[in-house]
Amino acid sequence: MGVKRWLDAWPVFRQLTGTDPLGRGKAAQSARSAGLGSRTESADRVAGSVCPYCAVGCAQRVFVKDEKVVQIEGDPASPISRGRLCPKGSASKQLVTGPQREQRVLYRPPYGTAWQELDLDTAMDMVADRVLDARRKGWQDTDEDGKVLRRTMGLASLGGATLDNEENYLIKKLFTALGALQIENQARI
Amino acid sequence: MGSNMAEAHPVGFQWVMEAKARGAKVFHIDPRFTRTSAHADQHVTIRAGTDIAFLGGVINHILTHDLDFREYVTAYTNAPYLLSERYQDTEDLDGLFSGYDPYTAAYDASSWSYASVPMEEQPGRLLKEVSAPYQHGAGGPFIEGAAGGIESDPTLEHPRCVFQVLKRHFSRYTPEMVERICGVPQELFQEVCRAWTENSGRERTTALVYSVGWTQHSVGAQFIRAGSIVQLLLGNIGRPGGGIFALRGHASIQGSTDVPTLFNLLPGYLPMPDVTHEDLTTYLDGVRGRGQKGFWGAADAYMVSLLKEYWGDAATAENDYCFDYLPRINGDHGTYRTVMDMVDGGKVFGYFLLGQNPAVGSAHGRLQRLGMANLDWLVVRDLAMIESATFWKDAPEIETGEIVTERCRTEVFFFPAASHVEKAGTFTQTQRMLQWRDKAVEPSGDQRSELWFFHQLGVRLKERLAGSADERDRPLLDLAWDYETEGDEPSPSDVLRHINGIDLRTGRTVDGYLDLKADGSTVCGCWIYSGVYANETNQSRRRTSRFETGPYDAEWGWTWPLNRRVLYNRASADPQGRPWSERKKLVWWDAEAGEWTGRDTPDFEKHKPPDYKAPAGASGIEALDGDDAFIMMRDGKGWLFAPAGLADGPLPTHYEPHESPMRNLLYGQQGNPVRKVYGRPDNPSNPAPPEAHSEVFPYVFTAARLTEHHTAGAMSRQLPYLAELQPELFVEVSPELAAERGLRHLDWAHVVTSRTAVDARVVVTDRMAPLRVDGRVVHQVWMPYHWGPTGLTKGDVVNDLIGVVADPNVFIQESKVLTCDVRPGRRPRGPALLEYVADYRRRAGITTETGTRIATAGGHIERAHIEPDRPEEPS
Ligand code: SF4
Repeated sequence: MGVKRWLDAWPVFRQLTGTDPLGRGKAAQSARSAGLGSRTESADRVAGSVCPYCAVGCAQRVFVKDEKVVQIEGDPASPISRGRLCPKGSASKQLVTGPQREQRVLYRPPYGTAWQELDLDTAMDMVADRVLDARRKGWQDTDEDGKVLRRTMGLASLGGATLDNEENYLIKKLFTALGALQIENQARI
Repeated sequence: MGSNMAEAHPVGFQWVMEAKARGAKVFHIDPRFTRTSAHADQHVTIRAGTDIAFLGGVINHILTHDLDFREYVTAYTNAPYLLSERYQDTEDLDGLFSGYDPYTAAYDASSWSYASVPMEEQPGRLLKEVSAPYQHGAGGPFIEGAAGGIESDPTLEHPRCVFQVLKRHFSRYTPEMVERICGVPQELFQEVCRAWTENSGRERTTALVYSVGWTQHSVGAQFIRAGSIVQLLLGNIGRPGGGIFALRGHASIQGSTDVPTLFNLLPGYLPMPDVTHEDLTTYLDGVRGRGQKGFWGAADAYMVSLLKEYWGDAATAENDYCFDYLPRINGDHGTYRTVMDMVDGGKVFGYFLLGQNPAVGSAHGRLQRLGMANLDWLVVRDLAMIESATFWKDAPEIETGEIVTERCRTEVFFFPAASHVEKAGTFTQTQRMLQWRDKAVEPSGDQRSELWFFHQLGVRLKERLAGSADERDRPLLDLAWDYETEGDEPSPSDVLRHINGIDLRTGRTVDGYLDLKADGSTVCGCWIYSGVYANETNQSRRRTSRFETGPYDAEWGWTWPLNRRVLYNRASADPQGRPWSERKKLVWWDAEAGEWTGRDTPDFEKHKPPDYKAPAGASGIEALDGDDAFIMMRDGKGWLFAPAGLADGPLPTHYEPHESPMRNLLYGQQGNPVRKVYGRPDNPSNPAPPEAHSEVFPYVFTAARLTEHHTAGAMSRQLPYLAELQPELFVEVSPELAAERGLRHLDWAHVVTSRTAVDARVVVTDRMAPLRVDGRVVHQVWMPYHWGPTGLTKGDVVNDLIGVVADPNVFIQESKVLTCDVRPGRRPRGPALLEYVADYRRRAGITTETGTRIATAGGHIERAHIEPDRPEEPS
């Protein structure tokens, strides 16, 4: 190690000779932190997104590296949020990458005391069968006066305020075609 | 009012601070001193649930001092119109309007009509259940023959004109009365009146913000009506800096109302058909009305285009575009009704929960959980495990023995959902702006989007029914379900294209709803979103930096309708089409060019001059005169008085909350006489005057959000950052109440209602000020409501305290005000809890009839009213 490099590794020397006389910045930096780069700089790409919590609709920039989300920040270009995120929006990386995220379909049979794993495809088929069954059991052709109802009261759904417009559209469309009416979301709560 | 914006919409609140920095005065009127109050110029403490008394006081102040914006009021509101001689006001009937039927607890609204456009008499039950306001979408109810001209008095002096009726209706809402009811000192109340009126008019405008602090009441729709009346009288609607802002709570709750997952609506606020709609024509007549003005006149184009989107080639002119395929509603099919049907058994067999956790997030959590425990099957789709998926093993009812795992029959499927960065699509934020999100990464494991799930479900259902000859399966078999795909799911942009609308002759997207046709040549999934994919370009994906554009020309996202920022902005110009003032100019008539122009997209037909008079016999859009600024309304006017469309009266009236420590000081009628009450053993009410024993639950309870958590907590209680920022459930009480009940700061206490008791840490704070109300002291208690039995931070479910009582217009529960008791120490556990609460009920004399004797004016006090399961036939 040359004398110059040896001296430069000494924070006091850097503080006395460099541009940081108070020793609060560069002078105090360790070799490790000098070598660190920000996750936003090393990301492979950035996706334009929107905070999933409240209806202010703050814009987010989602940084991706190796097909994983490495950082989520506010987007300064947004005329709504001007780059800001509140604690919830700022925590949204934990929301999408945290260990609380479930990965597998889980199934609790009637009277069961524990979850079981279930294959996604099997689960979808089971749900499809049950939808038709509930639809049939709750079917009403007409009311007492013979007026057309053409509906089922056998199944219901709650949710949508956290979902995309495109998703809400398909949900309402499919349930309507099934004759299911009791399709509701947070807007009534 | 009714909003803690700094806490619940923190980043949006920066604009309030920006306005304040530029000289705007900020008033915060709320039961509690909050983060919002801390930044306001003035906080006004109000007793929860008395906002109509307060706003009625403001209206009375405006009218008695002639402070309304008279030119605006005369030109753009229905103030001059004469009302029917049959109309009787709450002043005449001790708090009721004409047409009340105590047996059905409903109104026949026919006497509330304009004099020259009489309505047919309708038995009240029919109005409340079958042709109730929730069926009119945003178009409002129709008033027969509005386009033909309505008898009016432009001087506003006729005793039966709306203006004079309004004056009389609110004449007893004096500052003294506001003080006695709301607990707001008169000087403070008058300061608000002064500031509001002085800051309105030609040169200035005032904005009003509310949130669910206004909607979650048994008179919620009327709170908002009261705010609208003030804003209309002061000329604050359709003008820059004015308006009423409903701040909504979820990323796309606005979107899920526009493109509804709601029982009573089809996309774009078209009503869901009911049993009276025999065919498309009767349905459309109901939406357009005969001889009505306005843009609902084109409802045939909106509806036919929707039916064409739903059923594609199967929908033809000959078969009414498959109108018959639509299921019919005939009453309240709202979420609380459905949950009671689950509890009762034998009606609802399967339930989907999509990013929603009613075991914690809906009022009366116990009822929700007991309902879920009594199903054939339940499908839960969420990011993380939630209480609504695990009730069979960890609900509070397991501890009390009301749910026994081994005897709980519900089959539960949990599907992990894709998060907002793992799928592309649009959210509609609170100012109606659609913003597109790109997909950042693929979801992992079994995580899937709702788009994938429902598309797959549809495909599988179609397979199972293929070849079925059963007529009831036709709607599913004929359903257009062939969106372009991206990987194994429908392309969200293609779904958005279909929502926008496509011209079938060219195959290209339409530019807006004006291009939609009623002849089957266009498809459109949601007419108000038409334009979001104009020119085959996803307009919601625009992200031009704010540094490059101004507020109105912003190319950022896309705002419905037609990228318009201020609705009804024709009213920003005077009747002659000139801006009311240079300072407040927004949209005006350019006579030379012969068109409306300005900073915003004009909310008016571009080439219709301000002095235009519609020809006799015209209807719909054509019937709008050049000064009919309120183009969606049936008469082209802003409604001070609602001649139809509300179940509980044409004018807002102060009623006490369902559970209140006070008698109504204004009328014999105590609470909303039309509110929906359900006298069930599993849904008891705390008594309120004139019933006895209200002192058993002496305090006013209200609940709300924290910045650091999100509604039922599924997206926040599990995150280390957020759980650490707000680690524990607490209850805020005043020092005076703490002394009265022996509560110590940071010790445990429990809050009790006739439903249950919940534990919380005590926060003694003067943010909760005791109120002096009609000569006595009323204490208010506040809790956040995000906790449940799982997550990194756990706590009791605050919503378990709340019973189900609903607004009759929109069926939203009264969860922002109830009564309670508070006691030091922790609540009893297990079966002892049930006994503890039962003892409270005994002491308060509570039976299933408590709270159901809702008609208390004019000697009807004896009769209990309970919402029937099914609408009764009109007698
Ligand atoms: S960052 Fe906060 S204020 Fe912005 S949208 Fe998200 S939750 Fe709302």
